[in-house]
Amino acid sequence: MAIADVAEYLHLTPEDVEEIGREFDAIRERVERARGEKDAAYIRRVIKTQRWMAAAARIGMIVSAPLDAKARRPIVAASAATLGFAKILENMEIGHNVMHGQWDWMNDPEIHSSSWEWDTAQPAEQWKHSHNYIHHQFTNVLGVDNDIGYGVLRMAREQKWHPVYLGQPVFNALLAGLFQWGVALHDLDLEAIRKGKKDPKEMKRQLKQIGLKGRNQAFKDYVLYPALSGKQWKSTIKANATANFMRNLWAYMIIFCGHFPDGALHFTEEELDEETRAEWYLRQILGTANFEGGKLLHIMSGNLGYQIEHHLFPDLVSNHYAEISPEVRALCERYGIPYTSGPLHRQYGQVLRTVMKLSLPNKFTQDDRPPTGPEVTIGHGRKLQEDRQERRRELGAWSRTERSPA
Amino acid sequence: MAGVTSERALSWERIRKTADKLTTPLLPDDYLTLLNPLWSSRELRGRVEQVIPETDDAATLVIRPGWGWHYDHRPGQFVGIGVQIDGRFHWRSYSVSSPPKKSGRTLSITVRAMPEGFLSSHLVNGLEPGTIVRLATPSGDFVLPDPPPAKSLFLVGGSGITPVMAMLRTLDRRGTMSDVVVHYASTTPERMIFRDELVTLHEKHPSLTVHQWFSDEQGIFELAQLDAVVPDWRKRETWACGPAPMLDAIDGHWKAADLEDRLHLERFSLQLGGDGGEGGTVSFQNSLKEIEVDGATTVLEAGEQAGVGMPYGCRVGICHTCTVTKISGTVRDLRSGDDYDQPNEQVQTCVTVPVGACVLDI
Repeated sequence: MAIADVAEYLHLTPEDVEEIGREFDAIRERVERARGEKDAAYIRRVIKTQRWMAAAARIGMIVSAPLDAKARRPIVAASAATLGFAKILENMEIGHNVMHGQWDWMNDPEIHSSSWEWDTAQPAEQWKHSHNYIHHQFTNVLGVDNDIGYGVLRMAREQKWHPVYLGQPVFNALLAGLFQWGVALHDLDLEAIRKGKKDPKEMKRQLKQIGLKGRNQAFKDYVLYPALSGKQWKSTIKANATANFMRNLWAYMIIFCGHFPDGALHFTEEELDEETRAEWYLRQILGTANFEGGKLLHIMSGNLGYQIEHHLFPDLVSNHYAEISPEVRALCERYGIPYTSGPLHRQYGQVLRTVMKLSLPNKFTQDDRPPTGPEVTIGHGRKLQEDRQERRRELGAWSRTERSPA
Repeated sequence: MAGVTSERALSWERIRKTADKLTTPLLPDDYLTLLNPLWSSRELRGRVEQVIPETDDAATLVIRPGWGWHYDHRPGQFVGIGVQIDGRFHWRSYSVSSPPKKSGRTLSITVRAMPEGFLSSHLVNGLEPGTIVRLATPSGDFVLPDPPPAKSLFLVGGSGITPVMAMLRTLDRRGTMSDVVVHYASTTPERMIFRDELVTLHEKHPSLTVHQWFSDEQGIFELAQLDAVVPDWRKRETWACGPAPMLDAIDGHWKAADLEDRLHLERFSLQLGGDGGEGGTVSFQNSLKEIEVDGATTVLEAGEQAGVGMPYGCRVGICHTCTVTKISGTVRDLRSGDDYDQPNEQVQTCVTVPVGACVLDI
């Protein structure tokens, strides 16, 4: 079941909807005004910490190479873990958020959405398109938001079942372990390729870009640093693979907990028709789920435990999400808007249950989501650019390079 | 010698290129700055080493630039400086007051805190030694040729002394002080920047004459008095730097004497030398916005009016922060009047206006 009109679903009057919109706008303005020196110091501190961690881990593997096994093993293990955490921090709290333009207000060319490149196989430019624009603007709209299953999994009952989905538990495990490569291919729009709808020239350009970025990433982790470790090259390969695996698993879990727990609802394309800014806010809340945890957990998740706040204000600095969260929650309560949150293990448990259940046809399983509206079945495929709404500015920019001269 | 240096530079470049593979997607510089914030050529930057008070409201900042800085500015040029205040970088440009020195390790700028100038006040009163600032390469045509002209005249008002000081120090350092007259006006002796140094320079070089003028006591200096003070001003190559009304008056005076090609002016505001464009529709491709503007509206202003998050810096064409790729169409540089009509060209949005329809990559 999917929602065709958020206001109707929530039994809100048009006046209420607009008032809610104004209240969210007010929160945004307040945070925008509050940004200052402390925030700039925060992101610099995170970046500095992350770079020290990465450097220490790489150096640890190299300098421990000549030591005997007993001394070497704990150093390599610690280095692998540190590198894994460094990659997590870089991808989540730094890369993802910088590329949303959260730190563009600093006017610092070195910490800017237009120039940031992150430590993963996906080229930043393609990420900014598939994530900032497609996912954040069309959040959870069936047939439009490619993040519903990433073109690989069936994550909504409205998606047509096919026997191939019986393998879904396996696909899910593969996606988790190889997440960075799954993300790397995301903007290609696998569904469009399957249907022969993809512009071959654009596909070639994107593949080239992915190939180059992926090659550099793999060369660094699996050739260059192992080579520098001399005789211990194998242990460095293993350590780097472990670090990448850690990051893949973690990023996969955090991202899946954002939109696949039971409380995160889906929408039909009718919702997009003449959707106002206030209604867009409501769709972000209904389509998104938070998880709870300590401060370190939130930093390591790029503050995506506050996924609802992030979806309401994708370009506001992540270190302010925690402080506005109670206010957003209170506002939701006042208007009877469901605000989905829970501990990480519960949220992920629900995700896993959905993965399993939806590998089967709908008739064999029960829907765990609250009833929302009429049953629909949809195909899949991303809309052409000209059919889409105008992009919202607060999502963070995206651009395409290497255009052939007009 | 030059060959050796460039070869060395080349191999250094090669080492950095190889190291890129280790640090990808970042640059080696991004890690080196952990050890020393100046070890990066990714963006020009410098560390404030000293803040020397010159008068009650003016100070000289001695800045040690990081990698990638060439100490080859021409005397009289200005640099862009970006300072972080409340977490945000703000850009302004100031004349370099130190002479160019190949072996140099620092450069100096002298700043007067303006009553309305939020950045200048911060630079004079709030800047701690050790602060890292961003820098933009030196530019400007208000420069002293080498060798200098046989006879020259400097007309200076207030903090306009800074580029002139760089020129005088250069003449002193190179030992090429020719027949130079400096006419320097300030409200009071206390507010006169570099007053002592000018006296010292005069004592060292008898061919340098310095006229001090204090307008609180003597009133505004009228150019009609120039014949009495510097009788041979018509024969001198002249550089003038100071407040806008003073420069306007000088400009008029020299024009009336038909000597404008012997006059060099430094204005610290955008001079729109070229003709405006015709205006047109500016499209911002990725923001899916477009706006129709006239020929006096810069591309930057057009973007801001359309609600596009345009990057910006000094807004006078110095710091290049605002540079964006123009995909198609023509824009005109307001300073030179040059048209840029190539596809996929980098344009400085703060000093260019559209000539017909153009499309930008933002």
